[in-house]
Amino acid sequence: MDKIKLIEATQLKSDIPDFKPGDTVNVHVIVKEGDKERIQEFQGIVISRRGSGINETFTVRKISDGVGVERIFPLHSPRIAKIEKVKAGRVRRAKLYYIRKLAAKAVTQKTSA
Amino acid sequence: MSGILGKKVGMTSLFDENGEAIPCTVIEAGPCYVTQVKTKEKDGYDAVQLGYDEVKERIVNKPLRGHFLKAGTKMLKLLREFRCFRNKELKVGDKIDVSIFAQGDLVDVTGRSKGRGFQGVVKRHHFGGVGMTTHGASDRVRAPGSIGASSFPSRVFKGMRMAGRMGYERVTVKNLKVIKVVPESNLLIVRGSVPGAINGYLEIVKHE
Repeated sequence: MDKIKLIEATQLKSDIPDFKPGDTVNVHVIVKEGDKERIQEFQGIVISRRGSGINETFTVRKISDGVGVERIFPLHSPRIAKIEKVKAGRVRRAKLYYIRKLAAKAVTQKTSA
Repeated sequence: MSGILGKKVGMTSLFDENGEAIPCTVIEAGPCYVTQVKTKEKDGYDAVQLGYDEVKERIVNKPLRGHFLKAGTKMLKLLREFRCFRNKELKVGDKIDVSIFAQGDLVDVTGRSKGRGFQGVVKRHHFGGVGMTTHGASDRVRAPGSIGASSFPSRVFKGMRMAGRMGYERVTVKNLKVIKVVPESNLLIVRGSVPGAINGYLEIVKHE
């Protein structure tokens, strides 16, 4: 397994902030449109982190125009320019899939200290 | 064309230049040694015998020990012949390592697939099963169904697909792209999967 880690190490990022489920993050995604590149932000609550090494991903959920939107990002993806931790949350679970069923107010209650 | 012997290390994913995650297999390939060169005049065909995976001397039996001593190589576990070294001047004792490959090369990888044991027709030959779980057929869900007609031909045709041992066969996967070569640790990374279990031996042949 060490040989695999050796290979993965060449692509792992070192500047990833410490964030966990329940936190609110702002992900700066690099979007390619033809030849142009621009940065798109995606802000929401982290509801899951899974995997390890280069295969680690995290899921961010936000409510956009009344519709719940979730995006799964590979943590070490070169398409992510920056991950900003906006707010720390306090939750009792590692996976927050249950907040999909909650009203916005209840989500705030569940994820704040 | 040229080739090498190796061992499967495992799978992971890597990001390409567009940021896409690519599934890839890490292979520990070489160093291999030429233990014999067969020629048309002497052996009836042209081939190069490569050896891989160093072992202690006491593991190797006497005839093979003599073979390695004659070739002047280390004691090796795996010997394989390659007929693909055309127009290559190779001598007995030559070392072949992973640097024969470059990023972007296409390779064929041969290995022995994982053994699945005795399996039924649904898993082994992708039969659909008989189908119904009700109307008294619940004990035939994964059954093969009919294996032939009646008094004519009064026998089952040869090659009829039935349940039996599955896997542990020689399997070749063609046209895998080399993503990366790490000569200092003898590692080769190809896109996609290769046959066999982790630590299974592989033959890797390069397209030219």
